[in-house]
Amino acid sequence: MKLVIEHIRKAYDGRTVLADCTYSFSGGGVYVLMGPNGCGKSTLLRICSLLEGPDGGELRYSDNGAPLVPGMALRRRMTLVLPRTGVFNTTVFGNAAYGLRVRGARREEVASRVRDVLTFVGLSHKLQQNALTLSSGETQRLGIARALAIGPEILFLDEPTASVDEENTTIIESIIGDLKREGRTMVIMTTHDRDQAERLADRLLIMKEGKVREA
Amino acid sequence: MSSLVQGFFQAVSLILHVDRVLFGIILLSLKVSGLALLLSTMLGLPLGSVLGLKRFPGRDLAISTVNTLMGLPPVVVGLFIYLLLSRRGPLGFLGLLYSPSAMIIAQTILAVPIVTALCHSAIVNVDPLIRQAARTLGATPRQETVAVIREARYGILSAIIAAFGRVMAEVGAILIVGGNIAGYTRVMTTTIALETDKGNFELALALGIILLAISFAVNTLLHAVQKRGAVRAA
Repeated sequence: MKLVIEHIRKAYDGRTVLADCTYSFSGGGVYVLMGPNGCGKSTLLRICSLLEGPDGGELRYSDNGAPLVPGMALRRRMTLVLPRTGVFNTTVFGNAAYGLRVRGARREEVASRVRDVLTFVGLSHKLQQNALTLSSGETQRLGIARALAIGPEILFLDEPTASVDEENTTIIESIIGDLKREGRTMVIMTTHDRDQAERLADRLLIMKEGKVREA
Repeated sequence: MSSLVQGFFQAVSLILHVDRVLFGIILLSLKVSGLALLLSTMLGLPLGSVLGLKRFPGRDLAISTVNTLMGLPPVVVGLFIYLLLSRRGPLGFLGLLYSPSAMIIAQTILAVPIVTALCHSAIVNVDPLIRQAARTLGATPRQETVAVIREARYGILSAIIAAFGRVMAEVGAILIVGGNIAGYTRVMTTTIALETDKGNFELALALGIILLAISFAVNTLLHAVQKRGAVRAA
């Protein structure tokens, strides 16, 4: 899938967050957005993942050159993992299965897919544990597993390691590294950590004064 | 104290001897309160959900009104329904006065604000991240709503427990609209009031003990379900 953003603008209560964002994301690989707090990184991810509309500008999605119409069907082809994962008061399995269940996936497909993604993020041994009992690092990994379960073509990660310890940061970076190697999912993530950005990024982008540019 | 002890033994004796009249009263109490609880949940849960999930003009006023109605005096409700259902009232043609249906209506009116207010409270206390999580994972607006209500399930259960306590203990309204007719509208609380008036304290106490035991059993069951959820979440 290809995503082109052109002249995206967004303001909250008269305060401009995104002034004029233009960029083209295509193919697999990892795009890392960096920038100071409040520069609009999270807002851009929310707009690109169709959770919020821009005040102006254009978002164009296409698949092999064919344009895609923004709507629920397109929104379901991508997902956003927030800096703090909100987990449902149910098992780890139930959480990871949520995205598939709302899509009406068959029970066998759900079971097999969920086991795969929980193994991928190292949580397969906690399948039946209540998700609220996980540590913050495990919770964030569950957030990523839950997102991967639906097989997104674009995975937006908003500061995925902001609230986790060093060990879990390493695990999450390794998960992103695996996704990068597989090359099936385009990852667009934000981070404050310059070293992490350089370790993971295929393309490093800087957000400043509401605009995006390549580093 | 001796009345209390005698009441206890009489309660045991009435149960052991399978007193048909007593069982009829208990069954009617459970039927009336059970149906009222069911109706108040069917009305209160959607109302509480709307108040908790939607933003609309007058919402704050609606919340304040519902909270105020939680303290509705039962005799006022009884009087209001009596006037509605009496032969000369606007709904008199239905012929419901002094029937179990009128008692169910009265209990439902008393319980709906409790279920609504406590469901609203349970839903607004759900972490906003839950809704966002559901949305990011591709939930439709309806599925988002279901996810939030599901997260509030133990709070909703508390609302139902509170409403059950209210309807089981209710006497003023159902006495006015039910009339305490033996074998037809006589329930446990109205029998207790009647037997106390007659000076038959032992029987009144016996019924009080049975009423408490039923409430205790139902509350223990619901609390166990609630605790199970809390333990899993701890």
